[in-house]
Amino acid sequence: MELSVFQDYGPMLLRGFGVTIFCWLAGTVLGTLLGLLVALAQRYGPRPLRWLLQVYIEVIRGTPFLVQLFVLYYGGPLIGLRLDALSAGLLGLTVYGSPYFAEIFRSGFNAVPIGQIEAARAIGMAEPSIVRRILLPLGLVSALPALVNFSIILTKETVILSIITVPELMYQVQRMSTETFRYLEANLVLALFFWGLVETISRAGRRLETRITRHLIERV
Amino acid sequence: MVQASAVEIRNLDKFYGPFQALKQIDLTIPPGKVTCLIGPSGSGKSTLLRCINFLEEYDAGEVRIDGQLIGYEGPGRKMSARKLRQMRRSIGMVFQQFNLWPHMTALENVAEGLIRVRGLGKADAATRAAEALRKVGLEDKMQNHPARLSGGQQQRVAIARAIAMEPRLMLFDEPTSALDPELVGEVLQVMKTLAGEGMTMAVVTHEMGFAAHVADQVAFMEAGELVAVNSPDAILHNPSDPRISDFLRTYHERNAF
Repeated sequence: MELSVFQDYGPMLLRGFGVTIFCWLAGTVLGTLLGLLVALAQRYGPRPLRWLLQVYIEVIRGTPFLVQLFVLYYGGPLIGLRLDALSAGLLGLTVYGSPYFAEIFRSGFNAVPIGQIEAARAIGMAEPSIVRRILLPLGLVSALPALVNFSIILTKETVILSIITVPELMYQVQRMSTETFRYLEANLVLALFFWGLVETISRAGRRLETRITRHLIERV
Repeated sequence: MVQASAVEIRNLDKFYGPFQALKQIDLTIPPGKVTCLIGPSGSGKSTLLRCINFLEEYDAGEVRIDGQLIGYEGPGRKMSARKLRQMRRSIGMVFQQFNLWPHMTALENVAEGLIRVRGLGKADAATRAAEALRKVGLEDKMQNHPARLSGGQQQRVAIARAIAMEPRLMLFDEPTSALDPELVGEVLQVMKTLAGEGMTMAVVTHEMGFAAHVADQVAFMEAGELVAVNSPDAILHNPSDPRISDFLRTYHERNAF
């Protein structure tokens, strides 16, 4: 082990980690929103749209993220979609995560007892109000553990962005490795950074879970 | 006294695929009176009740509330969602499983409809909701979430949620069937009070005592058919049909000890 290399490469690695966190956060937030829209459209949309979205879900889930990213970044310009590496990476992460998020929301919505929806219909509540006031809050509670879990998976998908030259942590680690031949040190740092990130997310997720289920658990 | 609605059900059919759940039902629910629907499980009582506010879509026949057809504009033409909501505003419903919204307090559960459907401001809605909760004897539980209430209390909140909307008709779908025996009384008491105020009530129930003492008429159903409609005394003490006597015999055997 040779730790002195970090004097030269430390700041670069930290910047890379910053980009990683940014990509993960933006990809997760946008992917969650897109997934939510897909899930709602699948629940309430007209039949052709539901069918189209099902195809979207199957295609995105059925192909590797790396391939999707290549198609987007190198194939995009052929149809006039010219994106810089970071934008392509964010769009890629968003699209890649959305069908998984959509499926998580679907199962969350299905976990809301139909009787609670019927109770709202019976007093004459309109469907948009029912979604906003009952389906979403209760569905979200059921979906939360799976949402956190998938967002953890997404942290590690960000390393693939290095292939299209997004300067995130993996990209910097590879650069350091080839310049110094310190493969072990560089990759150990990468592993530690990711472990710390995942640990933080999962703790935050558990705290959030405890918080939002506070009133829902029967206490004698 | 409340302004009470009347319900007219004519030739009602309901199918689940090939299975016919309701067969040519004819029933009049008179205004200001209590009608109890009794019969064995799976006989179609709940399905019939749920057709009255169109939570269950019937396939043929008519359900009219104060003369107005619910669910359809005419033969085969569905009513607009907006118009259906309008009609549902004056029909309260209480479910076997209470169906309170677990993320809201008792007060919020009752106020929700007042805010979203009646368009009341938050403060007005809270005042009205508190009034409704007082009426069912829960003024000291208003800030509790459903998970902190007993089954009987939850069902009383559900009744408060319905009556806060000032309905002219109340539907009860086995309101005491999910309750521990010692909690049944408090819910029946609230229902009796409501009946005393002249509310039109349709009640699917297995509480023969309630049917005997509170109902103005009792309808007996079996296998999707309305077998008989008559006074409680005639149905429960002088049944005209062997299917009713069989049902009552089973009921008495189960409750004897």
